Amino acid sequence: MSVKVENLSVAYRMRAGDVCPVEGVSFTVADGEIMGLAGESGCGKSTLGNSLVFMEGRMRHLGGRVVVDGQVLPVADFRAMRPYRMTKVSLVPQYAMSALNPTRRIGRLTTDLLRSHDVRESDVLEEMKRRIRLIGLDEDVLSRYSFELSGGMRQRVTIILSTLLNPSLLIADEVTSALDVSTQRAVGEMLMEFRDRGFVKSVIAITHDLSILAQIADSILVMYAGRLAEKASTADIVNAPLHPYTQMLLASLPEVGVRYDKATLTGIPGRPPSLVNPPRGCRFADRCPFARAKCAEAPPFEQVQPGRQVACWKVSEGWPEGGEA
Amino acid sequence: MSALKGSAPIGTLTTGGPAPPLTAAPRRRRRETLYYALHNKKLIFGLSLELVFVLLAVFGPVISPHNMTDFFGSNQAPSAQHWLGTDNLGHDLFAEVVNGMRVSYLVGAIGALCAAFVGMALGFAAGWRGGLLDEILQMITNIVVMIPALVLLIVIGAYLKSRGVLFEGTFIGLTTWPWVARAVRAQTFTLKSREFVDLARLSGRRATSIVVREIAPNMASYLLLVVILLFGASMLLAANFDFLGLGPTTGTSLGNIMNQSTLWSALQLHYWWWFLPPGILLTGMVAALLIANVGLDEVFNPKLREQ
Amino acid sequence: MSALQIDNVSRFFRASAGGDMTPALRKVSFGIDRGEVVTLIGESGSGKTTLGKIILRLIPASSGTVTFEGQDISAFKGAALREYYRHVQGVFQDPFSSYNPVYKAERVFELLRSVYFPHTGQPTWQDKIESALAAVALNPGDVLGKYPHQLSGGQQQRLLIARALLLDVRLLVADEIISMLDASTRVDILNLLISLKQSGLAILFITHDLSLGNYVSDRTIILRHGAIVEMGDTVKVFGNPRHPYTRNLLTAVPELHKKWQPPADGARSRPTDAAGTGHAAVPATAVDPPRLTEYEENHLVAEEAA
Repeated sequence: MSVKVENLSVAYRMRAGDVCPVEGVSFTVADGEIMGLAGESGCGKSTLGNSLVFMEGRMRHLGGRVVVDGQVLPVADFRAMRPYRMTKVSLVPQYAMSALNPTRRIGRLTTDLLRSHDVRESDVLEEMKRRIRLIGLDEDVLSRYSFELSGGMRQRVTIILSTLLNPSLLIADEVTSALDVSTQRAVGEMLMEFRDRGFVKSVIAITHDLSILAQIADSILVMYAGRLAEKASTADIVNAPLHPYTQMLLASLPEVGVRYDKATLTGIPGRPPSLVNPPRGCRFADRCPFARAKCAEAPPFEQVQPGRQVACWKVSEGWPEGGEA
Repeated sequence: MSALKGSAPIGTLTTGGPAPPLTAAPRRRRRETLYYALHNKKLIFGLSLELVFVLLAVFGPVISPHNMTDFFGSNQAPSAQHWLGTDNLGHDLFAEVVNGMRVSYLVGAIGALCAAFVGMALGFAAGWRGGLLDEILQMITNIVVMIPALVLLIVIGAYLKSRGVLFEGTFIGLTTWPWVARAVRAQTFTLKSREFVDLARLSGRRATSIVVREIAPNMASYLLLVVILLFGASMLLAANFDFLGLGPTTGTSLGNIMNQSTLWSALQLHYWWWFLPPGILLTGMVAALLIANVGLDEVFNPKLREQ
Repeated sequence: MSALQIDNVSRFFRASAGGDMTPALRKVSFGIDRGEVVTLIGESGSGKTTLGKIILRLIPASSGTVTFEGQDISAFKGAALREYYRHVQGVFQDPFSSYNPVYKAERVFELLRSVYFPHTGQPTWQDKIESALAAVALNPGDVLGKYPHQLSGGQQQRLLIARALLLDVRLLVADEIISMLDASTRVDILNLLISLKQSGLAILFITHDLSLGNYVSDRTIILRHGAIVEMGDTVKVFGNPRHPYTRNLLTAVPELHKKWQPPADGARSRPTDAAGTGHAAVPATAVDPPRLTEYEENHLVAEEAA
């Protein structure tokens, strides 16, 4: 097992109280697997991804472990994580492509980054140039400023920087959002290629866009309101989702070829619960058409079939489909 | 479609509906601001100290046992009868000083309001309109910045029979507005491109309405800080002018008192009660204001808070 | 009946001091009818948002004319412009930015009142608001009296659409209005647009997302570097794309049930933002766009090859 997360809980300190966007989360990512972490805004997926690398500011580690390649990572201790960042785990944060320092050339940024991880630039410079050429960019990107590059180029350069030291796990947070469709494809294919070539062992791709995950991910983990809802292979999630949230989410996505007069799509009524005072039981219950009295108790995230985990009473207890619109 | 929960009369706060967001609504934000304001040490200290001075300026002349214009023995050291002693002409210094504080505050206020008004008007106009108007106003701003205020005051002063408090305040206002204008202009440019301004335009609102009702309220905290800063700066500038003898010819101010004390060699003659109190009070008045301003900045700007 | 007509509209801007004028739009022409949804599809830099702003009179066109119900909109000033806004309104990408954070959300209604409803009494005004909210499926109790912070993105967008409905709006410019909303609420807003279209509203739906455009629109216009490369009936354009750029876009769209097909020329899929790759030259920025020829009825394609 390349990555194993056990019972992880992470909280944010806010004036209104402690908010817990990640609560008792456990999952594994195998070697060579690209796992998609999907969910809508506020579900905690970014917090989860970030907490594996970088507990910033108000984040607090409440419990649980993260094990990568058999080693337990000291995620709770910012300083202790330093030797692991970029070498064992690496993160492309959500607004990374806007966060490049505009007053420095890309090559200079690289040098600074490597130096801060005690790596001599000359050792890796050749490799960096090779990878830049690999994805179809020109080497002179290194002598450009970040604002001279398009959004897609910046994003790809950021990914190269993050994977330069061949980490075991790459966490890519919304790397394809805010990009044009064709650039999205280039970035998605780049992630797959880097995995194929062994530049990274496993990837966790965080996004709200299930259709991108359908292209690049081997498995998908769906989160809702701070808890895990469903995990399965991509094919299973897309073709036969079990959790009502996943089902309704998929039913609301327009696809090319689908027009309003042929098929009426509907969204999910209501809103996710506030994480300041979340409900005790299943957090999707108030929007779920199958909810029953049992749902006042939180369902455990457990294996219901080989390779499939769901947190839903309907699935684990086998309630019938009746009641669906 | 959100589930119908029954409608309530428009305008009343309803408690039903979707879950509260993680970030506080502006009502709670205002209470939060108040909370921080009441707990910010610099703000409390600065305001309290300033309050002491203000009370002294307001009630000082009332409680003073003597008038400013009465004559007593000259150059007397502080005593039970003359709390701050007397100057060389025999005026009671306490009476002079507390009256001088009033004048200093008045000049400061007039200067600040004048600078704020002119600066904001020109800043908003330049920021909103841009283009040629902006270029012209920029030129005017640069010219005003370049003109040495002191020299101008001397020249104008030579032609006026007498200079009053109003004149001095207005003069200071008209020479310090540029940096207000620049800051307001910059902020207006930024806010102008926000989408709610576009929406106001799409609602057929006129330019003045948009500037006053949409843009200015978003700069309110900033404008408040600017006005307070101007107030302190005006008082200090006025004292500078007064000290050089360019102050109001009618009435007395703290700067005037210090001017007189220097002219009559109070320092060399060790009449400390003549030049020290006005100096210390003036310093205190301005410093308290600036400390309060720093505190207020922390209250408005969460990133500056120590916690 | 044509509500809006765009004729050879171009827009230039100076990219660098003393530099050449770069075209954001190059002689774009098309029309929108009442009760029709026209989707303007383009990637970043295509000029689609610029066109939306020109139609809303927020920025001027450098050349060309925009006519609304027969009148040239560039001539409108003062009262005429306000009258224009009675019939043409816009909703933008970031719902939260459209609200002034200092005031309550319903102030967007109040903003209209003094200009467009100066003599309306309070009860009539409340009725109008309630029926506008009902038309966008919002419960007045959920949204009135609240600050923008307290509303979800979907509620904010619906409220902005309701605001447009308060007026006698005939054309709505919807610029990326759902890209910042959660996936589960997007389709509800789209369905709302469709119901509005069915009651006669003309909608210019600006987006970069092809699947949305396909779902909701009657006609589609593909914009690239400020010029139209393909336009026509949506089913025809999506079903049988003729221009290489359109085809490239469609193959790049990620779908749930179909993997990306390798590009026709066998090379690695190249993003269309060729600038800076060093491979393809920066595309021509000549003022004259490629000529549009009619491939079949209601399906026009530009001449140049990729």
